Amino acid sequence: MIALMELKEEGYKKNDHESRSFKLEASHVDVWYGQFHALKNVSMGMTANHVTALIGPSGCGKSTFLRLFNRMNDYIDEFRMEGEIRLDGFKIYGKKIEVEQLRKDVGMVFQKPNPFPKSIFENVAYGLKIQGITNKKFISEKVETALKQSDLWGEVKDNLKKSALALSGGQQQRVCIARTLAVEPSVILMDEPTSSLDPISTARIEELIFQLKEKYTIVIVTHNMQQAGRVSDNTAFFYLGELVEHGKTKQIFTNPKHERTENYISGRFG
Amino acid sequence: MQAGSSKKIPGFLFSGMRKIKEYLIEKSLLLSAFITILTTIGIILVLTVEAVNFFSEVSLISFFTDTEWTPLFEQKHFGILPLLTGTLLTTFIAIFVALPIGLSIAIYLNEYAPKGFRKTIKPALELLAAIPTVVYGFFALMVVTPFLQQIYPDLAGFNALSAGIVMGIMIIPFISSLSEDALFAVPKSLREASYGMGSTRLQTAMLVTVPAASSGIVVSIILAISRAVGETMIVAIAAGQQPRLTFDPTVPIETITAYIVQVSLGDVQHGTLEYRTIFAAGITLFALTFLLNNISFFLRKKYRQKYE
Amino acid sequence: MNNRRKNRIADKAFQVWGIACTFIGLVLLVIFIGDILIDGLGRLSWDFITALPSRRPESAGIWTAMMGTAWVLVFTTIISFPLGVAAGIYLEEYAKKSHLANLLEINISNLAGVPSIIYGLLGLEIFVRVMNLGPSVLAGSLTLSLLILPIVIVATRESIKAVPGSIKEASFALGATKWQTIRNQVLPASFGGILTGVILALSRAIGETAPLIVIGALAYVPFAPKSPMDEFSVLPIQIFNWVSRPQQGFITNAAAAIIILLLITLVMNGIAVYFRNRWQKKMKW
Repeated sequence: MIALMELKEEGYKKNDHESRSFKLEASHVDVWYGQFHALKNVSMGMTANHVTALIGPSGCGKSTFLRLFNRMNDYIDEFRMEGEIRLDGFKIYGKKIEVEQLRKDVGMVFQKPNPFPKSIFENVAYGLKIQGITNKKFISEKVETALKQSDLWGEVKDNLKKSALALSGGQQQRVCIARTLAVEPSVILMDEPTSSLDPISTARIEELIFQLKEKYTIVIVTHNMQQAGRVSDNTAFFYLGELVEHGKTKQIFTNPKHERTENYISGRFG
Repeated sequence: MQAGSSKKIPGFLFSGMRKIKEYLIEKSLLLSAFITILTTIGIILVLTVEAVNFFSEVSLISFFTDTEWTPLFEQKHFGILPLLTGTLLTTFIAIFVALPIGLSIAIYLNEYAPKGFRKTIKPALELLAAIPTVVYGFFALMVVTPFLQQIYPDLAGFNALSAGIVMGIMIIPFISSLSEDALFAVPKSLREASYGMGSTRLQTAMLVTVPAASSGIVVSIILAISRAVGETMIVAIAAGQQPRLTFDPTVPIETITAYIVQVSLGDVQHGTLEYRTIFAAGITLFALTFLLNNISFFLRKKYRQKYE
Repeated sequence: MNNRRKNRIADKAFQVWGIACTFIGLVLLVIFIGDILIDGLGRLSWDFITALPSRRPESAGIWTAMMGTAWVLVFTTIISFPLGVAAGIYLEEYAKKSHLANLLEINISNLAGVPSIIYGLLGLEIFVRVMNLGPSVLAGSLTLSLLILPIVIVATRESIKAVPGSIKEASFALGATKWQTIRNQVLPASFGGILTGVILALSRAIGETAPLIVIGALAYVPFAPKSPMDEFSVLPIQIFNWVSRPQQGFITNAAAAIIILLLITLVMNGIAVYFRNRWQKKMKW
């Protein structure tokens, strides 16, 4: 136990500029895919229990940046990163890091709903089962809680054995959200979670995000600026791999500091 | 596992038993894959060792130039040529049957046939390749030979012609399927250009699509040849057991593969020269098919690059 | 225009020729099978199936050959199924794009093109002699397993490839390890395809004659195997043996045995197709 405390002391690093600590932090991060320089010297911090939106035109690095925080870029050939990424002050890139544990704390919801070809129950319970949890009562309770939290319980509670693939797109996405919530992460990363859904499902999920931020830290990549405006507390604008501007959503949208930001927001490109 | 707290000790700082377990699983899976390498090594080793033993007693020159193969007789000759010509003769007849038919099928399915037809007929053709070869051997001996004897009464009961024809029927799908895939891969634009100039389907096929797909078609032919060379039961049943240096399809001959079967059925003792002859025959066969297969791989790589 | 007419006639003629070619193989097959049925159907009876081989064709049966086939089928499955699937998993999930992967792939392609009789020579030296298994069911099964291993491996790889990457992504994002993802998501999703491939590989193995002759499976075996170390015969070898005899009675026997063999092959292929269709329906993501 003493070794752990030392580790914590060693790893913990206060932000120099502000006295409050960030839940998620990137320091001078560069990312390359082979020769392609995807992210250029990005530094930013995200506060706990806030929703941060990442906006910008296609291919400008938003998704890449998002995936740094649960290390999903590791699976891409020729991925290379320099700089530091921290969760709760601890560096998450390093030889000693157990990536599976990291992902239990940092969950992800994908653009196209990707439920497993199994029952609704099996989907939501999966994250628990792979940790070796076998207590059926415990799992059932967690599944119910997660489905309630993702606003799906009422619709499926009578038939949890139904295949998740038989649900509508919006429902499938909520299964994916429930499945992420079941393992009780502290961060939820969302990569354009509503871009393949109809407006009603989209609205429901946006409402969900609003409720979830009480307990979770949320980072959401979105193409839809109105969505960013509706849902987020802070916004970061990426352009061609650079972080152009980052601040409170209200400020970014009404009074952007950079011309490029203003051009993007007002629809002049993108 | 509490949500939202930022002061807990993160679990991801521990590397654990899990990494060891994953490592072991990966290595056992690797071992299974490695068995395939061991198989190849085994084949090469076995054939080489016994062949070397064989060639310590029989000179390479006589092996390749003697015109008789009589290892089981009193007067022993160890010339591979009769077996080789037997194999090549039956293979040639088989290709002579399968190539025009297979290629025509490919062209027909590709240029003429409606899409639904193509989908249903392809598995039916694959059926031809799924029949056990011992059954084909029965057909060759019991149906084809008597039938041909009505046309040509001097045809021997065992001959290369019947076996070759039936082998040809068996390998039709090799040529038709692969050639059809090759034709399918030819860009639509080429075809449309040809039709745009008023060509018929046949002209388009012969002048545009087939030449464009030629390397793929050649690959299919080579693979079919390799399959025919390695075929055993059809020739063992219907072509005869008389090694004969000839290209006459109406008389009994013996192929490399049929010889190996003949010896295996008999009482040849392990460790004798006669025993080793099957490995000398085997390594010749292996060299032939290995060469053919690798030429086809090389060609396939080249032709894939063409369309990328 | 004389030329144009000629071309059109040629075009039409080829259409007829093409259809003829397409069907000639199948027509001949029907003729052949018809002949077999005529020759052998009458011989089929419960006695024929349960009788042991005999010097007299009227009393000879296929019992020992059927039992031998059954034993070999079981052991070949036991050996080749786990090995082939494991190798397929490794190549498709672990070994991508390395020199080792290339080598393994090229090697497997080569093995698939090696004539089956060569596998018999391999089995004869290694399993029968060096490992001293004798001409036993086990030696035969090991030989056939090596023969069909490339088929099982390729079928496994194709089935795994068909599983969408998004499923694996979702599994990793929840904190599953590579093996957990494979075991809990990839394998269950690809299982139907793998099963189809294995059954097709086994139906091919059932029809193999040459490699088993070479390792010493006998044609005249008066008893059914009682252990994997026993000598054995199989249905195709029995057929071959009977076809090689001049007496008409044996020819009839051969035809009858062929009917049985074709039935078994047909049933196995049918089962494989059934599983493939069920699996493809399930896979409508």
